[in-house]
Amino acid sequence: MEYVNPEGLRQDGRRPKELRQLGCELGVLAKAAGSATFEMGNTKVLAAVYGPHEASNRSAAASGATVHCDYAMAPFSTGERRKQGRTDRRSTEISAVIRNTLEQTIITELLPNSQIDIHVQVLQADGGTRCACINAALLALAEAGIPLRDMVAACAAGYLDETALLDLNYIEDSGGGPDISVALHPQFDRVVLLQMDNRLPLETFETVVELAIKGCKAVASYMRGQLLEHTRMLASARGFDKL
Amino acid sequence: MLQNKSFVRKTKKGGVLKVVNQHYLRDDIYSGSSLDPDCDAEAYKLSADAAHYLVIDTNLALHQMDFLEHPAVDDVVVPGTVLEECRKRNSAAYQRLRALCSSSARRFYVFSNEHHRETYIQAQPAESPNDRNDRAIRVATAWYMKRIPGKEVILLTADADNRRKAVAEGVRALSVQAYARLRTDCPELVDVGAVVMRGGQDDDETDMVIDGAASNGRQQQQPSDGPRQAKRRRIYDEHMPMSEVTAGIKAGRLHQGPIRMSRSSAFQAWVSSESAGEDIQVQGREAVNRALDGDIVAVRLLTPAEAAAASKAAARRPQKGGGADAHPEEASGDEDDGEPWEDSRVAEVTMDDVDEKEVTPGSERVMGRVVGIIRRNWRTRGYCGSLKDEEAGKRGRQQSRLFCPVERRFPLIRLVTRQAETLSGQRIVVVVDGWEADSLHPVGHYVRKLGTIGDKDTETEVLLIENDINTSPFTPGVHACVPPLPWSIQKSDWPGREDFRELPICSVDPPGCRDIDDALHVRPLPSGNFEVGVHIADVTHFLKPGTPMDEEAAARSTTTYLVQRRIDMLPKPLTEDICSLRGGVERLAFSVIWEMTPQADAVSVRFTKSVICSKAALSYAEAQARMDDERLHDEITVGLRRLNSMAKIMRARRFDQGALALASPEVKFEMDTETLDPLDVAVYQIREANQMVEEMMLLANVTVAEHILAAFPACSLLRSHATPAPKRFQPLVQAGVAAGFDIDFSSSKALAVSLDKAERPGDGYFNRLVRIMATRCMMQALYFSSGTCAPSEYHHYGLAAPLYTHFTSPIRRYADVVVHRLLAASLRITPLPESARDSQALQRSAGNMNMRHRNAQMAGRASAELHTLIFFKARAIVSEARVLRVRPTGIIVFVPQYGIEGQAKIPESMGEASLIFNEEKQAVLRPDGTIIFTIFDSVQIKATVEETQGHRRHLELTLVDKSRWNPSRQAHAAVRAVPAAQTAPAAQTAPARLAARTLAASVVKGAPAASLASVVLIVAVPPAATARHESRDI
Repeated sequence: MEYVNPEGLRQDGRRPKELRQLGCELGVLAKAAGSATFEMGNTKVLAAVYGPHEASNRSAAASGATVHCDYAMAPFSTGERRKQGRTDRRSTEISAVIRNTLEQTIITELLPNSQIDIHVQVLQADGGTRCACINAALLALAEAGIPLRDMVAACAAGYLDETALLDLNYIEDSGGGPDISVALHPQFDRVVLLQMDNRLPLETFETVVELAIKGCKAVASYMRGQLLEHTRMLASARGFDKL
Repeated sequence: MLQNKSFVRKTKKGGVLKVVNQHYLRDDIYSGSSLDPDCDAEAYKLSADAAHYLVIDTNLALHQMDFLEHPAVDDVVVPGTVLEECRKRNSAAYQRLRALCSSSARRFYVFSNEHHRETYIQAQPAESPNDRNDRAIRVATAWYMKRIPGKEVILLTADADNRRKAVAEGVRALSVQAYARLRTDCPELVDVGAVVMRGGQDDDETDMVIDGAASNGRQQQQPSDGPRQAKRRRIYDEHMPMSEVTAGIKAGRLHQGPIRMSRSSAFQAWVSSESAGEDIQVQGREAVNRALDGDIVAVRLLTPAEAAAASKAAARRPQKGGGADAHPEEASGDEDDGEPWEDSRVAEVTMDDVDEKEVTPGSERVMGRVVGIIRRNWRTRGYCGSLKDEEAGKRGRQQSRLFCPVERRFPLIRLVTRQAETLSGQRIVVVVDGWEADSLHPVGHYVRKLGTIGDKDTETEVLLIENDINTSPFTPGVHACVPPLPWSIQKSDWPGREDFRELPICSVDPPGCRDIDDALHVRPLPSGNFEVGVHIADVTHFLKPGTPMDEEAAARSTTTYLVQRRIDMLPKPLTEDICSLRGGVERLAFSVIWEMTPQADAVSVRFTKSVICSKAALSYAEAQARMDDERLHDEITVGLRRLNSMAKIMRARRFDQGALALASPEVKFEMDTETLDPLDVAVYQIREANQMVEEMMLLANVTVAEHILAAFPACSLLRSHATPAPKRFQPLVQAGVAAGFDIDFSSSKALAVSLDKAERPGDGYFNRLVRIMATRCMMQALYFSSGTCAPSEYHHYGLAAPLYTHFTSPIRRYADVVVHRLLAASLRITPLPESARDSQALQRSAGNMNMRHRNAQMAGRASAELHTLIFFKARAIVSEARVLRVRPTGIIVFVPQYGIEGQAKIPESMGEASLIFNEEKQAVLRPDGTIIFTIFDSVQIKATVEETQGHRRHLELTLVDKSRWNPSRQAHAAVRAVPAAQTAPAAQTAPARLAARTLAASVVKGAPAASLASVVLIVAVPPAATARHESRDI
């Protein structure tokens, strides 16, 4: 398999340091407090936020809101139809990763005794689902008006054919190379999530992480733009823009 | 811009899967020409001065690589569509195309049309992928025409339909042949274009034939001309389709494996298949069914009846003149090449093949027949040889000629050429294009010429190509990795190195050696023990992993030593200067330092990088002279003596543990300094000094092997030597029975003891002969990755060592480089690169090292053989030889003085025809049962150079009749003498009787003994000025 050809193009025509096309839509579900879809290329996820509402476990939420997160892949999200399995290890792990990232982002101490439920569903999977999920969840949280310390943006990077590649798609993801997922608070320049499977020499690791962080920043500025746009739209709907 | 590419795929389980991949279209893909104002300057590749730009299609990349590689073809645009299709269909062609595109010497520009916003096209409804891709290439061509209006753009394609469509779209399109004819500046191009096989998409052949046939009758022999097609008979069975082959293999009806030809015939082969258990013999042209050496084939086993018939035919063949056995086509004169000799070649079985796979009629071999070809392994680098002599046609006309490869294990190849005139008498390279069932010979095309036949440089080039040795100069990228000369140690080189500049270090090497990679020292310690050091050139200090130089060195894997030439693994400045541990200069080294007792027991060992300054670079002879000269008491000489005495103890200990002392008939050439022709051949002399160095290197290698394996149990590079299978000892045991010594090969120790005992009083050379024979029984030592096999297989049989590796020659062997890196990593000096941690990848590179090592050895031998021929060409020398083996078809003799070996022709005067070759007793008998000679007997041999078919030259060894019988005069006398023979001494009368019979027989037979004419030189390792330490490559 040739992941980057000598002309410097990846299989889908991107250059190594290019993201796939991004897309998002806010407020897609009427019932949820906040909801959003997020697309990175052919990966498309849906996030819905319910809450904050009264915590089911009061003692745990005494000092601040607890965050519940539920990740699932739609049966139709991959080429072959998946069997419905809610409790597989991978889902549990990704749920925990997303919860962990968002817990650091939400100002939970402002919401004691309460609970926030986040449901993320992968509608179409083409690599980088956990990053897309974090991004979608962040947009949904923002739409729900939950207090946040900063944006959080996530992006993956990998290393194939001795080249650092940004935002791996499914083919590249299954190329056997390392896959580093990073989530970043862009204003604080703080990495809140860093995951890697496989091994990588230290020097290479650093360049790949650098690339992923750059990707996060690009994603963050895109999301910020979209949020502003959304807010502007809401404002004009309520006639605030005329004030 | 974004496009989704979607297709439907069937999964393994049988489900249907829809795969959707994104496909981004860009506007930053340039034309690569400086004539295009929008083109980015960094993308410039195509010349502005070119007569025209060429765009190629996929078929060209798949079938016409030799044409594309021709230097006259340049300024080529390779559309991304072509590369992608090529990669999917033929990875070898893809690699070659990629190499062309990345070469800075050529102007091949890759235009990623599939990702260009203006040239991407979507398949139209009902358009096949092929048609879509053809259209994409046409669109790309049209884009170039629009973008660079001032330059003619030509689409080269073999597909006439495609050309028609192109013309309709306003694109100029030509076939390769038409283009080549256009290029009057380079007439050779016409020949370089490959012959496109029938069944391919091409129809260009037909119009070529038509224009050829109109003017030239010889065109009739064009292998694929239409009208004659119906008349042609099928010669070979059609190959089974792949599906049938796979099903057959699954069901156990067929067996799959690589086919190996006999060294002497393209129609006698063996297929080693795991499913069949043992080698399957494939005998005869029809049974081999168009397989070439190295192809992966599917074989059907013959029924016992078929097998009996086949082996009967095989047995019959040697006696045949050839005519009766010829193919129907040949007999009917349909083909112009009914050479009997090509078939009679089957009979010439040479020594190498005979080892275990002799054509013995009636033997219980498994016989088979090739029914399908799973993978062709035709050489892309081509086959060396020459045009077969034949009446030349008119000058400049296209002619169909036969090409005769140098190696007899390849068949004759038919090729069409316009330059037959200039090519006769030349060695040329030809590539095979295909082999149809109705063509007696495979069809190929000319690639390039090497030079005049028989010329030393040409023939050297031939042997290098045949052994796949890369002689091309190092690329600029490689040279960029070499530090500039004059080089000296800088401050930055020092950290982590010990200063050994004051130690009495010296090196001992063959005379004239420039790539000195090892040096030694010893000095007494206060404790009464000694510090012994082996210092190896620190090549990895300069050879960093992943650099172009590293990749090149890994690909070459070894330096190749020819008699008059050395083909380096590393660039010359490193090999001869920067790394070479020359005398009197400071050099970087990787040192192994032992503390040893005077009894040569190692107390401790450590490894360190160091800086040394060799006090003396000695030759073996100089070192020996110093040790022997009792007046000398300087530090170096005393050290050498000390090392020598320790080495002797270690050597004795090693033999005690069962290490084998084997012998090889090494010779060295004394060269004329001006003409570089050999003046004399002499046996390579082994002194104590050689053994001393060898011993110290063995010790270093074993010590390092233990160390790296402990540090990296899964990815160490080791060298193993398997225990030979009992049947390999058969010839040695047989010789022992005949000559009266026992061979016990139950263990290496037992074998060593029995070799020691094999003495014959008054015959100093006898033991050496036995050891040479024992060497032939051994397996090849091999590199391997420790993670890929069980520790029980690490064993080195010949050295009786549980672990062994190569550490001491990093300048000339890549294995040593890998080991240096492992050792450095284990000492935490430099981290191991990621790529070196992968056991499977290491095993693959070990495989390459093994192959390259073998190739380099074969090339070295071939070079020695060539020089032997040159040496004997000017001389007719009678020399003493020893009988090494008696085979049913003749005797193999060995000439110690020249290190040559081969089947000896027995002159008629000795009655070759009626002699009995008794293999069991290893004796040659007269019909009356008296023994003429047995194995190891001394005989007189006359060596002469003979030329055979295809301009191959052979050294012919002929027995010199001891009794100096004059057959013509004595024959009559002998006939009369027969009745009285009872009383006469047997020694005189028997030859007489034989001579008489032989004369009678030769009249009947016409040309006897011809089948015995071949001689193969087996081993003659060339140690001369360029060669090094071959004896140490254990």
